[in-house]
Amino acid sequence: MAFPEELKYSKTHEWIKFNDDETATVGITDFAQHELGELVFVDLPAEGDSMSIGESFAEVESVKAVSEVNGPVDAEIEAVNADLQDNPQLINEQPYEAWFVKVKNITAKDELMDAAQYEEFTKKEG
Amino acid sequence: MGSYVPSTADERKEMLAQAGYSSIEDMYADIPESVYLKKPLNLPEGLSEFEVRKKMSDIASENKVFGTILRGAGAYDHYIPSIVKYVTAKEEFLTSYTPYQAEISQGVLQSIFEYQTMICTLTGMDVSNASVYDGATAAAEAMGMCVKGKRKVTLVSAAAHPDVIAVMKTYAFGTGRELKIVPAKDGKTNIEALKSMLDDSVASFVLQQPNFYGIIEDADKLGEIAHAAGAKFTMSCNPMYLAIMKTPAECGADIAVGDAQPLGMAIAYGGPYLGYMAAKHELMRSLPGRIVGQTTDNAGNRVFVLTLQAREQHIRREKASSNICSNQALCALTAGVYMSTMGPCGLKSAAKQSMSKAHYLASELCKIPGVSLAYSGDYFHEFVTKMPVKAETINDALAKSGILGGLAVEDGMLWCVTEKASREKLNEAVRIVKGACA
Amino acid sequence: MKLSFEKSAAGRKCFVLPQCDVPAVEIPQKLERKAPLHLPELSETEVSRHYTALSHRAFGVNCGFYPLGSCTMKYNPRINEEIAALPGFTAIHPLQPKDTVNGCSKVIDLTEKYLCEITGMDGVTFQPAAGAHGEFTGLLLIKSYHVSCGDTKRKKIIIPDSAHGTNPASATMAGFEVISISSGPDGCIDLCALSDALGDDTAGLMLTNPNTVGLFDKNILKITEMVHKVGGLCYYDGANLNAIMGVARPGDMGFDVVHLNLHKSFSTPHGGGGPGSGPVGCKEFLKKFLPKSALADGATEGLQVKAFYGNFLVVVKALTYILTLGAEGIREASVNAVLNANYMMSKLSGTYDMAYNHTCMHEFVMCLDKLKRETGVSALDVAKSLIDFGVHPPTMYFPMIVHEALMVEPTETESRETLDEAAEAFIKLYKMAHEDAERMHTAPHTAPVGRPDEVTAARNPILKYDFGD
Repeated sequence: MAFPEELKYSKTHEWIKFNDDETATVGITDFAQHELGELVFVDLPAEGDSMSIGESFAEVESVKAVSEVNGPVDAEIEAVNADLQDNPQLINEQPYEAWFVKVKNITAKDELMDAAQYEEFTKKEG
Repeated sequence: MGSYVPSTADERKEMLAQAGYSSIEDMYADIPESVYLKKPLNLPEGLSEFEVRKKMSDIASENKVFGTILRGAGAYDHYIPSIVKYVTAKEEFLTSYTPYQAEISQGVLQSIFEYQTMICTLTGMDVSNASVYDGATAAAEAMGMCVKGKRKVTLVSAAAHPDVIAVMKTYAFGTGRELKIVPAKDGKTNIEALKSMLDDSVASFVLQQPNFYGIIEDADKLGEIAHAAGAKFTMSCNPMYLAIMKTPAECGADIAVGDAQPLGMAIAYGGPYLGYMAAKHELMRSLPGRIVGQTTDNAGNRVFVLTLQAREQHIRREKASSNICSNQALCALTAGVYMSTMGPCGLKSAAKQSMSKAHYLASELCKIPGVSLAYSGDYFHEFVTKMPVKAETINDALAKSGILGGLAVEDGMLWCVTEKASREKLNEAVRIVKGACA
Repeated sequence: MKLSFEKSAAGRKCFVLPQCDVPAVEIPQKLERKAPLHLPELSETEVSRHYTALSHRAFGVNCGFYPLGSCTMKYNPRINEEIAALPGFTAIHPLQPKDTVNGCSKVIDLTEKYLCEITGMDGVTFQPAAGAHGEFTGLLLIKSYHVSCGDTKRKKIIIPDSAHGTNPASATMAGFEVISISSGPDGCIDLCALSDALGDDTAGLMLTNPNTVGLFDKNILKITEMVHKVGGLCYYDGANLNAIMGVARPGDMGFDVVHLNLHKSFSTPHGGGGPGSGPVGCKEFLKKFLPKSALADGATEGLQVKAFYGNFLVVVKALTYILTLGAEGIREASVNAVLNANYMMSKLSGTYDMAYNHTCMHEFVMCLDKLKRETGVSALDVAKSLIDFGVHPPTMYFPMIVHEALMVEPTETESRETLDEAAEAFIKLYKMAHEDAERMHTAPHTAPVGRPDEVTAARNPILKYDFGD
């Protein structure tokens, strides 16, 4: 299980990579994709949509389950990774390369963990 | 008392003991005393099969079976080939459960896959689901497929079947979304009214084709108007009509729904019938209900399986867009057998004959003084005639000869003719109507 | 096995209709269909063989034991089918004059009367076509009632987390907010959780009793009292009625609305996934909200959930069944459903972990968590392996509150021998899990196909045959 050092993590298993205080990239963690199993479909938002802390901005589906992907920050969605719609398996194969959205105009952040804290957190969840 | 419980009294005693109880009451110990029934239900005594057959047959014979049915309005009396009932009576099809266990349900799954394929070719659409309860609920479920963002309102033509409109109204009452009815004029959707009612709050416009009065609407034009306003276009079509007429896809529709009862199901006092739902590729994941897909097993065999289940209630629960669980599997099988037996030629023939005979009846009826078509326009196999006397008078006269005449509607009588009515019978009907109009 | 389209040959046909005996109408060019109609072209021999082959790849109640929890796969009597095929029922148009359908009216009136007696309700509608459809209808009755009282803030429906997925989905479709409450450790409603959830915004409670883990909630009177006290109504999901017919009635437990599944307790066949029938019963004060048909009944307002009257032929089958069983037989069916379930549970409880160590009703739930941890064999593996023993798998992974769940409902129409054989199969599989887990991971071995690749099916959906145009 991978926990890249440079990322921050939310309690609902999203990762976020800050470029600066205003912009970032968001995806779901290795732990998340492992729990969900093979993903078959991703429902992504549109550019210009807003992201809110703790609220769902996307959905991932496996054969037997649906899971919401929640916002780790309040921000505006600048770009969406269309690749994921044709190839949801990229999330299983490379969770930290398979970004969901890029955001800008970040106005607030949720309580986020660093890699070590998140690893600890996942041990308790599993 | 009739019973299907195999165990004998002795066996039951032993089983009770083995399970660790001294009496039936013991097993029901959790039921509150005041709720546990101490008297038998006030139901009649049970009967042997012989007696039940007599009793139910007597009840059936209290119904009048008309030899010739010239009434449609959502229930169509077509000829059903003999093989249909033999196939659908096969116990493996009749008594099996939903095919969740794909390995032992390939027969059911394949028959649904074939049905989905047939619905797609009939409507010209890219995807079909495994069916829903009926045409009215299909139209109601289609509303939810189009709602997005601030587009929450559905428009439906007033020329649709009254029950379809009422069911859509009920579903709209449930979700709290608005349903507006586009008025009709001269038996057709009022185009000007549609134009004025379309705005950016409208998610879709639903048109019935042919409409309730039997008239064939200008679907292309109406669809264009809806699309120009950013709304989706849903057509609710009689599948028999689609055998020879322009498909919803050819008319530019996004969604095609309807009732496939004409494809092998008896009129049966209203049910069970068969709702079909088909759509363009982009709307695939918005389709409610079960869907069968093709895949492989690890030996490389072609295998069919219920797929895209993550849309459904058993996974999404309160977040599901529809609560639908069952489909009408045996009815979908019925339609599949019917279409496989009739084939493209047979289906086209049934449709063409229905249309020809309806036009024949209409022209003969209109020779009677005082009788004329209520509305102008092309029609398929239903039409409304203005009559010089009350519909009841005419139907009473027809009933004496075992003919069920047209339905009384506001502007006259709504007639329907299918391939089952012979020229002789139609001539007889015309003679009787002429007599009743005098 | 080939699809019908792959067996098709251009020009083959069946000879069903005569030539047209009236002048053929000219179809206007602008209206004519141009797209090809790709229906199979087959002779009757081929149609017959094709569907026979398909029927050999299906598993009906006539094939073997079908212990699907929550589905009540009891025997479907043939006489029901014969009666429902009488022309006196099948050839009746739904819009015939009322005085020509006295037989149909009688079927509806009698069945309504009998179902009211069985459930303790005062009125029934047969419009809903299935259980979920009935739930939706029943919830709309509740909504209509509150709206008519001017009580528009009642927006919440309370549902236990053990409920069938249709319950919350139906509540959402009816415009309610779902408040899910956790079940207690005994599998029943946690009264404290219920109390916390209740308020003056409660529209009602949806409950199955016996519940989805097969237990009768003994606090039922308290539960319905609590809901009524805050002004809410109680909805009964009748999916599990087979446990208590003639023994207890939802109307006596405090329920105001019920739905029934005629294709479960009332023996009408499942048809591979329908048509069923989900009649809704209610107490007197709700009768005025029951749905009607705009066209057939001339209703100008009120609810309607299906065209015409509902799945009439299914009601015919249910009536035939009720008349066959009578008062005594109805009770006997339920009593033996419960006996068979407890008997089978007693034969398995020495080997498998039961989710709840308590008398079950007509079904029981096994928890295979420990087996999975010890051997890696899951509930799914056990279920698939049963196929090789000629037994249809039980319900898997439901209800969600039990891990690695298998829910078994034998029904009353099974003999003791069948139950004994099935129990033996389960026990053999428990042993096999410890000795040859691999065989179970790849089961079934005797079915026409193996486990389908569901991931590819969902990622790259192929939902129809490709004709190449």
